[in-house]
Amino acid sequence: MTSRRLESGGFVDRGKVFEFKFDGRTLKGFAGDTLASALLANDVAVVSRSFKYHRPRGIVSAGADEPNAIMQIGKDDATLPNLRATQTELYNNMVARSTKGWPSVNFDVSAINALFGRVFSAGFYYKTFMRPKRLWRCYERFIRSSAGWGSAPAGNDPDEYAHRNAHCDVLVVGAGPSGLAAAVAASRTGARVILVDEQNEFGGSLLSEDTTIDSVPAMQWLEKTVAELSNCETVQCLTRTTAFGYYDDNFVAAVERCADHLGKPPGQTVRERLWRICAREVVLAQGAFERPLAFCNNDRPGVMMASAVQTYVNRYAVLPGERAVLFTNNDSAYFAAVAFKKAGGLLAAIIDSRQSGAGVTAVTNAVDHGIPIMNGHLVTDVVGKKRVRKAQVAQWSGDTSQTIKNTVSIECDLLMMSGGWSPAVHLHSQAGGKNIWDETHHCFVPGETLQQNRSVGAGAGQWSLMECLQRGGDAGRTTAEACGFVVQAGQTYETPQDQENPIEPLWRVPASRSPDRCAKQFLDFQNDTSVADVRLAVREGYRSIEHVKRYTALGFGTDQGKLGNINGMGVLAEALEVPIAQVGTTTFRPAYTPVTFGAGAGEDIGEIYDPVRKTAMHEWHEMQGAPMEVVGQWLRPWYFPQYGEDIHAAVARECMAARNSLAIMDASTLGKIDVQGRDSVALLERIYTHDVGRMAVGRCAYGIMLGEDGLLMDDGVMARLGEQRFYLTTTTGGAAAVLTWLERWLQTEWPELDVHLTSTTDHWSTIAVVGPKSRELLQKVGCNVSLQRENFPFMTVKDAELGGFPVQLFRVSFSGELAFEVNIGSNYAMAMWELLIDAGQEFQITPYGTETLHVLRAEKGFVIVGQDTDGSVSPVDLKMNWLLSKNKDYLGKRSLQRADLVRTDRKQFVGFVPVDGKTVVAEGTQLVNDPLLPVPTPMCGHITSSYASACLGHPIALGLLQSGHARIGEQVVAAQSDGTYVDMQVVSPVFYDPKSERQNV
Amino acid sequence: MKKYSAFGLLRNALSYNEKWPEAWRSPEPKRKYDVVIVGGGGHGLATAYYLAKEHGVQNIAVLEKGWIGGGNTGRNTTIVRSNYLWTEAALLYEKSLKLWEDLSQDLNYNVMFSQRGVYNLAHSLQDVRDIERRVSANRLNGIDAEFVAPEQLKKNIPGLRVTANSRYPVLGASLQRRGGVARHDAVAWGYARAADQRGVDIIQQCEVTGIRREGGKVIGVDTTRGAIAADKVGVVVAGHASVLADMAGIRLPIESHPLQAFVSEPLKPVLDTVVMSNGVHGYISQSDKGELVIGAGIDSYNGYGQRGSFHTIEHTMQAIIELFPAFSRVRMLRQWGGIVDTCPDACPIISKTPVSGLYFNCGWGTGGFKATPGSGWAFAHTIAEDRSHELNAAFDLQRFTSGALIDEHGAAGVAH
Repeated sequence: MTSRRLESGGFVDRGKVFEFKFDGRTLKGFAGDTLASALLANDVAVVSRSFKYHRPRGIVSAGADEPNAIMQIGKDDATLPNLRATQTELYNNMVARSTKGWPSVNFDVSAINALFGRVFSAGFYYKTFMRPKRLWRCYERFIRSSAGWGSAPAGNDPDEYAHRNAHCDVLVVGAGPSGLAAAVAASRTGARVILVDEQNEFGGSLLSEDTTIDSVPAMQWLEKTVAELSNCETVQCLTRTTAFGYYDDNFVAAVERCADHLGKPPGQTVRERLWRICAREVVLAQGAFERPLAFCNNDRPGVMMASAVQTYVNRYAVLPGERAVLFTNNDSAYFAAVAFKKAGGLLAAIIDSRQSGAGVTAVTNAVDHGIPIMNGHLVTDVVGKKRVRKAQVAQWSGDTSQTIKNTVSIECDLLMMSGGWSPAVHLHSQAGGKNIWDETHHCFVPGETLQQNRSVGAGAGQWSLMECLQRGGDAGRTTAEACGFVVQAGQTYETPQDQENPIEPLWRVPASRSPDRCAKQFLDFQNDTSVADVRLAVREGYRSIEHVKRYTALGFGTDQGKLGNINGMGVLAEALEVPIAQVGTTTFRPAYTPVTFGAGAGEDIGEIYDPVRKTAMHEWHEMQGAPMEVVGQWLRPWYFPQYGEDIHAAVARECMAARNSLAIMDASTLGKIDVQGRDSVALLERIYTHDVGRMAVGRCAYGIMLGEDGLLMDDGVMARLGEQRFYLTTTTGGAAAVLTWLERWLQTEWPELDVHLTSTTDHWSTIAVVGPKSRELLQKVGCNVSLQRENFPFMTVKDAELGGFPVQLFRVSFSGELAFEVNIGSNYAMAMWELLIDAGQEFQITPYGTETLHVLRAEKGFVIVGQDTDGSVSPVDLKMNWLLSKNKDYLGKRSLQRADLVRTDRKQFVGFVPVDGKTVVAEGTQLVNDPLLPVPTPMCGHITSSYASACLGHPIALGLLQSGHARIGEQVVAAQSDGTYVDMQVVSPVFYDPKSERQNV
Repeated sequence: MKKYSAFGLLRNALSYNEKWPEAWRSPEPKRKYDVVIVGGGGHGLATAYYLAKEHGVQNIAVLEKGWIGGGNTGRNTTIVRSNYLWTEAALLYEKSLKLWEDLSQDLNYNVMFSQRGVYNLAHSLQDVRDIERRVSANRLNGIDAEFVAPEQLKKNIPGLRVTANSRYPVLGASLQRRGGVARHDAVAWGYARAADQRGVDIIQQCEVTGIRREGGKVIGVDTTRGAIAADKVGVVVAGHASVLADMAGIRLPIESHPLQAFVSEPLKPVLDTVVMSNGVHGYISQSDKGELVIGAGIDSYNGYGQRGSFHTIEHTMQAIIELFPAFSRVRMLRQWGGIVDTCPDACPIISKTPVSGLYFNCGWGTGGFKATPGSGWAFAHTIAEDRSHELNAAFDLQRFTSGALIDEHGAAGVAH
C-alpha cells in the first residue's frame, strides 16, 4: 500500500506517529490527523457500503457533511457508533471499523442488490411485502437487519458527562475568518464573548487555504488573533465545541468534546460537556458546504469534494490521488485544483460546465500551473467501481434537457467536484429565521431573523475573504453595541481581490440517456437517493419537498442533507417546473450534528436521576433493615421485618401492636402547607368543601378539595392555628400539586386575596404515636399540657413541650386508635424519635411502615386518594356528603349537580370480603356481575385496596362498585388478571370499630 | 393497473419506473361538495376513505392547509396499542387496532404495521395496582394484555435496566403483544391514495379561513383558494381545533401544548419491541431504518409553535438512560415538536356540534396516531348518519356538560 502523505507541509505532527486499526488492519497516522485524513494517507479508498445498493463508497468530504465514512470507534462498552471519520481526531491505538458491508467493505455479498436497483426505487417498500400478511414479520426482520449503521454498546457507559450554564453578551458560533473577526471586534469593547468552534483548532477555512491578510500569510494573522482572544479575560474560547441547537430566548445548546481526541478521558475528565448558553446577541459564522454534482456514478470512491481535497492537501498533507480531474460550475474549485497541483499531483483537466468559464484570477492561476481548462464541458459519468479510473467528458451546449452522445475518457484516480456552495443556515433557521434565495449566487441565504442573531461570512452568502472579515468585524461591533458597550471605529482588512465569474447552477448533469434511464446520479449518498428517485416521487404525486424527503429518504441520513439536499431541491424544482425558491427547504431542526444522549442527560442519571427525599429518621429505618417503598421522590419504610419475618408476618405484628398496645410511625412525608394572611379563611373556604370559617382556633378538621369537575383531588387534615393562620396537610404525592393548585387560583383568579402560602413539608417532621398506650408514652417522656380527653379532645391541636422539645401536638388518627401526631422541627426529629422509642420499650413500642399504615386505615375504611380514587370519584361516591357545605360556594360545587354526577348508579366506595374467607385478591382487579358473559364483559367496578387483616382474621378489600351503596350484602366476582375468579361479598367499608370509639378515648 | 404488488414493481422497473401513476390526483377544488373534511392528516384522510367506502358518499373533498400528513401524523412516535383502561376508550382503540391489522391489505399500501408488542412499565406499587387494573379490564374487554414480572422482563428486553437498586426500579409491566408501530407517513399516503381511488378530491395548499353558516346550519367554508360550498363539514385538525371551532363560534374545552420527540442515528437492531414508562417519563422503540424513536414529555405551556424547550429533551434523555443505560453513547440525530390538543379527561371528542352539519374530531392529545383508522371510521359514521356510532357515543361534546368524563390520565398518580 502506497503512502499518500506529502513529505512536508500541513498541520500534522510528523514527530508523533499514531498506530490505529481499521477493519483489523494496522495503519499509521500522525497527531493532528483525522481518521479520514489518516485513511486517505494510507490510500484506503473504500470505507463503507451504501444503504440500499451496497455500492462501495469512499471519503467524500472533510467535515460534517460526510455521508459515507460512518465508523464504529472504540471497543466494548466504550464503543461509539456512527462517528464521521472526517470529524474524528486520530489518537494512538484507535480501533475503527466500517459499519456496512458483509463480510467486508471490499467484498459485500449484498452488492447483488445493485442489480435490482430499479426495483428498489424510491418508496418500493410501500408497494410490496403486503401478501401474505403473515410474512411481513419475516420481511421486516430482513429489512431491519440490513438497516442501521453502527451498533450501540451493550453495557453501561464508562464515561461521565457534565452540564454547564453560561451567560454572555455575544456568542460567536464558528471561528473561521468572519467569526474570529466578530469575536475580536466584540471583545475589544469589553463585551463578554463566547467563541465556539467544532474543530480542534480555530481558523476554519484559513487552515485549508493559502492566502494573505493585511499582506502577511493568513496563518500569521490567525495566530495573532487567536492569541489576542485567548489572552482576553472576558472571552471564553471553546474548541471541539459544536453549537447544535438554537432555542427560544437566545438559548443556544453546545456540546464540548473534552476527551474523544484522547481515546479515553484521563482522570476525572468528563467525556463531553453540554454548554447551555444564554446569549444576549449571537453571531452565526458557520461557513458553507460545498455541493456535489449529480452525474452518473458520482458516488464512486475517488470522487471527492474539491474543497475537501484542498483541505486534505493543505491541512493534513495528504494527496488523495495521483491524477485528478476537476469538475466544477464555479471559480472556487480552481484554487483547490491548483493546491492539488502545487502539492505534486497531476491535474489532467479542469472541466467547467460554464460556456464562458471562470474569472481572470482563477484562470490565470490555473494556467500558470499548467492546468488545461475545458469550458462548456461536463463529466457525465465515471468508470471504475472501487476507485475511479476514468472520467467521461463531453462538450455541452448548456441545455440541461439535452442528452449527451459523445464522450471522451480522461484517466484519473481522483475526481474533484464542486457544484458551488450552500451557506450553513442551520442555526439561523432553528432560531426561527427565514431563508431567501440569492439569485446571484444560487443559494439560500439567511433572511429575516426572529431572535437576537445575525449571520456573517460564507454562512450568510458572503464569499470573499475581505467581505468575511469586514462583515464579521461589523457584526462583532454591532452586537456589542446592542449590549450597551461603547464601540470604536471599525478595523479594515486587506486581502487579495479575486475577479470572479458567477456560478451557473447545475443541479443535475445531463447524461447519455434520460435522467430516469441513465446510471444512478446520486443526490443523497448515504440513503442512495438518486435524481431518478426524486423524479419518480414527483411523478407519483409526492410534490412537497417534505413529501419528497419522506418518500425518497433524501436528507434523512446522519448528515441530515448537508451534502445533497440542495441538489435534490434543484432536481425537484426542475421536475415541478417552478423556481427553486418556491420549492423551499425542509425544516432545519436540532441537532446540527448528532449529540449523545449522555451529554444531553448530563449528571442527572443513575442514583441522582431524580432527587431522593429522605426523612430525618431515614438512617434509623435503614439501620432496622426496613425495605423502602418509593413514593414520588420520597423513600419511605415499607415494613420493619424482624429476624425471619416476611412482609406478611411483619405487617400482621405491626398491626396488632397498633391495635393492642403501642406503635410508632414516621409520617414526615405528609405534605404541609402553612397558610397565613388576612384572607386565609376566604381562600380556604373556596378550596375546601367544609365550613372552614366555623373551625375554632385549635381545631383540626378532615378536608377534601375538588377539581372544577367536582371530582376528588386531594385530602388531608387541616388545623386552625390562629384567626388568620392555618396548617394544611396533603397526601405525600400530592404536596407539590396542591401547592401549585392553591397558588394558581391565588395568583391568576383571586389576586385580591391577601394570603401567603409556604411549603413546610421539610421543616416539620411528623411522628405518629399510635395505640391505646400512646397517651401514656407521651406522659412518660414529659408533656407540659394535659393529654386527657377533656383538655385535649380528638381533632384538636396544641403547642406543647414534649421531652423538653417544643412541638405541635395533634390529636388525630389515621388508624382509628387513640393516637397523637407530633410535629417537631426536623433538626430535632431524630432525637425525639429515639426518645420515644426508648421510653416506649416498656410498652413494646413497634415501628411500622407504609404497608401497616395502609392496612390500619383500610380496616377503618379511610380512603387513600390516588389509590382508592382515580380522578373519576366524587365525594358523594365516597359517602362524604357530610363534608359538603351547603352554606358557601367552593371549587367543584356546581359540577356536583351535573347530570352524570347525580346518577345513583355511579361507582361507589364499598368494602369487600372474599367469600372463601382467605383469598387476598390482587389490587386493581376488575369486578363483574357475571364472568360468563361474552367479551366485552361488562365490568361493574374494581378493587382498589386489598389486604390480609390480622386483627379481623380474614382478608378485606376496598373498591368502587356500581350502585355499591345499595348493594351491601350482595356478591360480585373479582376477575383477576391471571384469569382466576374470586367471589366477593359486598360489605360496609368500615370493618373495624364502626362507631369510632377507640380514637375518642 | 393501479394496484401495487411485487409484480408491478418488476414490470415498472423494466420501463424504468416511468409509468407509475400518481398515488393521488391534485385536482382544483370544485364549487360544492357533499362533505368537506378539513384537515389532511391521517384522521381526515381516513374519514374521507371510510365515508366513501363504508357509507357510499360520492362527492368528498379533503382540504389541507399544507401538505398531507404534515401535522401530527408525521410527527408522532408511531406507537399503536389499544390497552386503554376504560371500556369506552378501550373499545374505540381496539376497533382501531383491528383495522390496523388489515390496513396494508385494505389500502393496498404497505403501512408497515409491525406488531412487536408494547410494554408499559411499573415503577411503584401504585403503578403495579394500576397495571393490574388495566390488564384485568383489557382482558374482560377482549383486548390482549398480560402482566410481565421483572425477571421475565430482563429476558424479553435485553438492555432494559431491571435492578432493585435503580432510582425507580422496574416492578413489572403490562404487555400488549398485538401493539406495535407503523410507518406514519405511509398511513397518510395510503389513505390518500385509497380515498382518491374512490373519488375523493385531496386538495393541498388550501387553508380554511372561515366556516360559513346560515340559520344554524353549515353551508360551506372559505379557503385561500376560494369559497367551497358543502352540506356537511367535518373538522379534524389536530393542534388547531380550537382555532377552527372559533370560526364557527364554538368554544372547545381544549388546551394546546407542544409535544416533542427525537430520533437517534440509525443503529443495528438493538430493541425489537416498544417500551413506555409513565413513571420515568419516556418511551422508545426502534424504527425499521434503525433509529431509536423516542417520545419526550409535554411542554407545560400553551402554544402553537411546533417546537419545544431543550430541558424537556434533557429530561427525556435522562429517562432513557435510566431505562437503557447503554444508550448513553448513542446520539440524537434530530428532534422536533408537534402541537397536541388535550381535553380535561385526556380523551378525544368525536362529535356533532351545536351547528347543524358541522362535526368535530379532535382532542386526541398525545394518543392520536394509534387511533387513526378507528377515529376515521367512527367519524365517517357520525358524519354520514348525523349521529354517533356506539363506539364514539361517549366521546360527545355533551360530556363536558353532563360530567360523564372518561378519565384516561391513568390513576391520578398520588398516594399516601
